[in-house]
Amino acid sequence: MPKVTYVHPSGAREVLDVPVGTSVMRAAIINGVDGIVAECGGEMMCATCHVYVEPDQLGRTPEMSDDEKAMLEFTASERKPHSRLSCQLVATPDFEGLVVHLPETQV
Amino acid sequence: MAVPVVAIVGAGQAGFQVAASLRQEGFAGRVVLIGDEPVLPYQRPPLSKSYLAGESGVDELWLRPSEFYAKQEIDLISDEEVASVDRQTRRLRLASGREISWDHLVLATGARYRPLPVPGAELDGVLPLRTLADADVLRQQLNETRHVVVVGAGFIGLEFASVAIAHSAEVHILEITQQPMGRVVSEPTSRFFTDAHIGWGAKFSLGTGLVRILGANGRATGVETTDGRQLSADLVLICIGVIPNAELAHEAGLTVDNGIAVDQFLATRDPAIFAIGDCANFPTPYAVGRVRLESVQNAVDQARCVAAHIGGRPEAYQKVPWFWSDQGDLKLQIAGITTGHDQSVIRGDPTDGSFSVFCFRDSRLIGVESVNRTADHVVARRLLAGDPGLLPEQAADEGYDLRAHARSLPSR
Repeated sequence: MPKVTYVHPSGAREVLDVPVGTSVMRAAIINGVDGIVAECGGEMMCATCHVYVEPDQLGRTPEMSDDEKAMLEFTASERKPHSRLSCQLVATPDFEGLVVHLPETQV
Repeated sequence: MAVPVVAIVGAGQAGFQVAASLRQEGFAGRVVLIGDEPVLPYQRPPLSKSYLAGESGVDELWLRPSEFYAKQEIDLISDEEVASVDRQTRRLRLASGREISWDHLVLATGARYRPLPVPGAELDGVLPLRTLADADVLRQQLNETRHVVVVGAGFIGLEFASVAIAHSAEVHILEITQQPMGRVVSEPTSRFFTDAHIGWGAKFSLGTGLVRILGANGRATGVETTDGRQLSADLVLICIGVIPNAELAHEAGLTVDNGIAVDQFLATRDPAIFAIGDCANFPTPYAVGRVRLESVQNAVDQARCVAAHIGGRPEAYQKVPWFWSDQGDLKLQIAGITTGHDQSVIRGDPTDGSFSVFCFRDSRLIGVESVNRTADHVVARRLLAGDPGLLPEQAADEGYDLRAHARSLPSR
């Protein structure tokens, strides 16, 4: 099962097993990772599950849809080139070792 | 000195969010969250969408795992009804007899489904869709259902209809008005979705209600319509709206008028008692007069507003309302409140299945309905947060850059 590392703004790290087919958002909610809010529950309506993917790992993540691009304009923290909505990061075997950084704030 | 206590009645999306936000605010007092369902606080939107369709499981509905409440020191009391609220002594009494003292009370009591008072409504197979328990019954029965009659063409009725069609049921939708979703969307959007459902195989009877539900051996077999027809049905979904749960507030002497009346800070006329979410009737700059909204956005943003207030940062509630609905492969996203518009223009082409309806009142943009067009929705949310300054002819012109327009507005 892929292991994904969540890095808090403080530098604290949490490593979770994210089953293939489960999103990085859902795994964070189930495991109580602070810093992922996900108020719409993964419907791509709210941009409160924003993460920064480790830049050199972006290629391992699924391609971004136009809807996700549009919704990323609504992030509470700065949108960067490696910004993603974690509800759209559905784990594949390629996610082993993925590192995502949590933003300062989601709302 | 005793620690302050916030009691929250109702453990839906709004109640949950107050509790969670109070802790994020650093509130150090006691937080008691009381819900009348025997399960953890959960999300309702998937109940008529992915959960109903069997595409997601119950574990994906929980807003947070059970450990969250212990870790955040939120005293979650499930499967308990609140019997009464005493404002003089600032105490509430649970149906079980237990009493809880509070310094701040948040009523997040939600709404319940509105029953249809017709003969036969008690038959098996006549069902609502409001709670997880309702959804579980429907999910189980959908596989064995051949003929579905949906009474009421609102969001939930149409979402259910699209899932039932996908389960190979024959679906007939009765709507007492001439316009499906007419309470919340403009005519072009209503017509587009009506046509889409017809394309998927649903039948509509508009301007048509239900006289009685027919049955045999205690189970529904069909319905009789107001125009005298009989339709077969082994499942009749009643979704004609909700009733706000305002009895507790009324009995406590608070003002109730289509929900619990609150001011711009979401406080009732007792400043220690707030009401939020589906049960709250509040003043808003996004409509004429007061509104009561049933949505995740409303629940979450009002909860945050009240948590901040209790935490010592009172601010008037002024968030832009937004809504969504998934029906088949169509995603409807609404920003603002389009009810009461006197002009609308369409951006894009409905025949492509991707367009937005920009709605204006007195030449000012008041809301935007987008179908499979998230970029417009996102811009609309930004525009509506201030003075949109958008002309109808600009909205209708696909060559006009809405994002640039939004960026040119003074920042807020």
